[in-house]
Amino acid sequence: MTTDISRRTFIKATVVGGVTASTLGFDLRQAQAAVRQLKIRNAKEYRTVCPYCAVGCGTIAYVHGSGGLNTKNTVIHVEGDPDNPINGGTLCPKGASQMDLAISPRLRHQPLFREAGASDWTEVDWDFAMDWFARKFKDSRDASFTERDDEGRVVNRCDGIAWVGSATVSNEDAYLITKTMRAMGLAYIDHQARI
Amino acid sequence: MGANPAENHPCGFKWAVEARDNRGAKLVTIDPRFTRTSAVADRHLQIRPGSDIALLGGLIRYTLENALYHDDYVRAHTNASFVVSEEYGFADGLFAGFDEAASNYDKTAWDYERGADNYVFRDETLQHPRAVFQLLKQHYDRYTPDVVADITGCTEAGFLEMAEIICSTGRADRVGTIMYAVGWTMHTVGSQIIRTAAILQLLLGNIGRPGGGINALRGHANVQGATDHAIVAGILPGYLKVPTPPQTSLAHHLDDSTPRPLVRDTVNYWGNYPKFYVSQMKAWFGEHATPENDFAYHYLAKQGEDATWLSIWDKARQGTLEGFVALGFNPLLAGPDVPRLLDSMSKLKWKVVIDPFMLDSAEFWKAPGMDPSTIDTEVLYLPSSHWIERDGSFTNSGRWAQWKEKAIEPPIGVKPDTWILSELFWRVKELYQAEGGAYDEPIQHLTWDYLNPREPTMVELAREINGYDLETREQLDSFGQLRDDGTTAAGNWIYTGSYTEAGNQMQRRGTSDPTGLGMHHDWAFSWPANRRVLYNRASADAEGRPWDQTRAGIAWNGREWIGDVPDYGRTTPPDAAGAFIMTEEGVARLFSSHLADGPFSEHYEPVESPTTNLLHNNVPINPVIQWYDGVRETLATENDDFPYACTVYRVVEREHFVTSNVPLLVEAMPDFFVELPEGLAEEKGIPNGSQVRVWSKRGEVQGTAIVTKRIKPLQVNGRTVWTVGIPVHWGFVGLTQGSMANLLTPFVGDANTRCPEFKSFLVNVERA
Repeated sequence: MTTDISRRTFIKATVVGGVTASTLGFDLRQAQAAVRQLKIRNAKEYRTVCPYCAVGCGTIAYVHGSGGLNTKNTVIHVEGDPDNPINGGTLCPKGASQMDLAISPRLRHQPLFREAGASDWTEVDWDFAMDWFARKFKDSRDASFTERDDEGRVVNRCDGIAWVGSATVSNEDAYLITKTMRAMGLAYIDHQARI
Repeated sequence: MGANPAENHPCGFKWAVEARDNRGAKLVTIDPRFTRTSAVADRHLQIRPGSDIALLGGLIRYTLENALYHDDYVRAHTNASFVVSEEYGFADGLFAGFDEAASNYDKTAWDYERGADNYVFRDETLQHPRAVFQLLKQHYDRYTPDVVADITGCTEAGFLEMAEIICSTGRADRVGTIMYAVGWTMHTVGSQIIRTAAILQLLLGNIGRPGGGINALRGHANVQGATDHAIVAGILPGYLKVPTPPQTSLAHHLDDSTPRPLVRDTVNYWGNYPKFYVSQMKAWFGEHATPENDFAYHYLAKQGEDATWLSIWDKARQGTLEGFVALGFNPLLAGPDVPRLLDSMSKLKWKVVIDPFMLDSAEFWKAPGMDPSTIDTEVLYLPSSHWIERDGSFTNSGRWAQWKEKAIEPPIGVKPDTWILSELFWRVKELYQAEGGAYDEPIQHLTWDYLNPREPTMVELAREINGYDLETREQLDSFGQLRDDGTTAAGNWIYTGSYTEAGNQMQRRGTSDPTGLGMHHDWAFSWPANRRVLYNRASADAEGRPWDQTRAGIAWNGREWIGDVPDYGRTTPPDAAGAFIMTEEGVARLFSSHLADGPFSEHYEPVESPTTNLLHNNVPINPVIQWYDGVRETLATENDDFPYACTVYRVVEREHFVTSNVPLLVEAMPDFFVELPEGLAEEKGIPNGSQVRVWSKRGEVQGTAIVTKRIKPLQVNGRTVWTVGIPVHWGFVGLTQGSMANLLTPFVGDANTRCPEFKSFLVNVERA
């Protein structure tokens, strides 16, 4: 078949082929009548919530993959959840493109460390990273901890470390952040609601 | 006002459009720009950035002057009849009790007049010269239409047209709502702008009613929830208070924090404070929180000084802050006066940034103009999983906590926030066990009864937040079951009822709506107690009859309340107590001693303003702003050449900074731009599409000029004021780079919240 075949000619050829097919011993009409399957046909549906503003639009994430060992499930489509009374299935330009956020090529997979005075990052593993984090956290806590203030009152406060964020994490994460950081004695705790 | 929902909250805004199209509602916008919301509104009024209180004060005066207020509502549900102390007064821009040296007010001058029983003296006729109603009239009497026009830059006719529409909702059979966002909060008078709106809506009888209220439109998916759970300086989950140094015992803290009723007939629900506080300490410290150790009272830090956002930066600048952890937050781009922030950040010993994407804040040492070799801050970047890789709940602006399912696993190399937090907790705890160190009892005794202690599940945490009976180990149904004797635990009392023995209430998906008002009580869970409209007792009159039968919030049928989950007890009769159960007054406060800068609001200019204060130029700006060292020198004065007002905003294709990692959205809105009014662009010889330079006393930005008819010149106090608009979405890390809007903004905050004044400052402009 040449590449310059026109669409019209192609349709004609197809129709002729259909008519003549039965004479070949099998019938193509059923195949021609079949609706093309949606790409989400075999996907699993997950009910989630849009990650952008705080209207709280319900979304459905369609995930493809066998779920077997060593296989990777991927989000193939995200759309508004028509049952959700908040948005009734509608989404704004950001919400409608959230799959592009979910699988952004700019997502990072590697902890990085920048030494004092360095002009670039060094890749580190998680064990190094968390040991370093805990060491710095404890040292600064010890160095800046006040058990009693100038008037002799118990304050048990760590003034040398600040924790900020986040308005983008779930309630459960937020609660655990507060519980842990208050137990550590931090006072400088804030998030995006301030701004 | 103070919001542009068609642009920034489109799917919420569709309900405003629905009301306009199907119920004949009028939709109006008041904004420094003609926005996408204005484009679909019935009327638009342009005002100068930072002049909102003058406009709203004018509406209050118009309501009172023309007797458009909802008289029965005001009498039944507000403190209009309360008599205020003789010491109260207001003159030349200052309320009584001003202490110039300390830059604050002694608020005892704002107290009510009380009887021997300590209850407030009331005059039900509202005629007493010191009745709140009379003081209110007197205070806002200065906000005449001509003064409003002169301050805000709108015309008198434009104001009156707007006033007629808005104030028509004072009738019992009408209701109006105000939607606001950070266009109101980001001012040195931000809290008072919102209070002015509250006063107006109370006068019009629009609070607590379906379709009414003043609605904050929040800008991140879980701003509400993260605030409820108190990743916030000064509060603990459920709006409990962080103890202060003078509160040397639990009894002292509870005594200070538990309000006493000011009238006989008030529920005064905060009277239950001790139950919520003790239950929280039981959730956190379990068997280690006992009556003998004041329920672990000294496990928590005592904080007296301000510890909010700007103060954190200031401590870094002073060098007393060593470490800084940012999780899901890009503080460098989100703070005011970026040059100052870069200087402050460079003084930190160490910094940890936890986020799915690389952030400008993590690479601040690479920012334009920085020399990394001179910066000794050690920085750790940790890639964390994001929303679609986690379950858990988000609470929206309407307080609905909705559970989200986990759709995919985080990729290899990426860890969930709970894992990172648990690892940090365990490794710090183990270091203390091995080496000792500063007071570690609270760390050693923190409850951590999770099946996998290195990664608690969202369900485990949700159950802990809800709370349980320590004797039966059963989940609680309601915060009414909480006790202050250490027999109940609840991480956050306002969420009690969200995860009961019946299961996860936040995951409910029932779509029925018998109210017909979109309340949907079977969908998700709204705090408190699955109530959908706060203060709904005020939706009915003194006898419990709805003000408007077609829009009933709750109604008394003789035996019980029907409709929404009542904020009264289900069977508490209508005359039992005041409608506003959370106040000591039992009613809403037209006059309030709870803010730092006045019992009523007052128009003060932004710290950088193109004009003098027309009302009292001896006190041009908020007199109780708390100033940080070296900030006044960074503000433009009359002698500097910064003639134009400037404001910042978002566009629909972007959300702050995260969208700089989303290819489709970057393609839709790739580059930084500057929105310039036509006349100004002409005057300056700046053609549409050319490069333009904008600078303030703090920094400068450069971008493409978008010359627009959407911003008009305003006549303010006899001179022409131009306003320039700047979007906030760019930085130096991201698919496309562009100027940071916050290079321009001033490092100064609201007198109550210290939310920075991003929304109104001065700049100059020229063709680049």
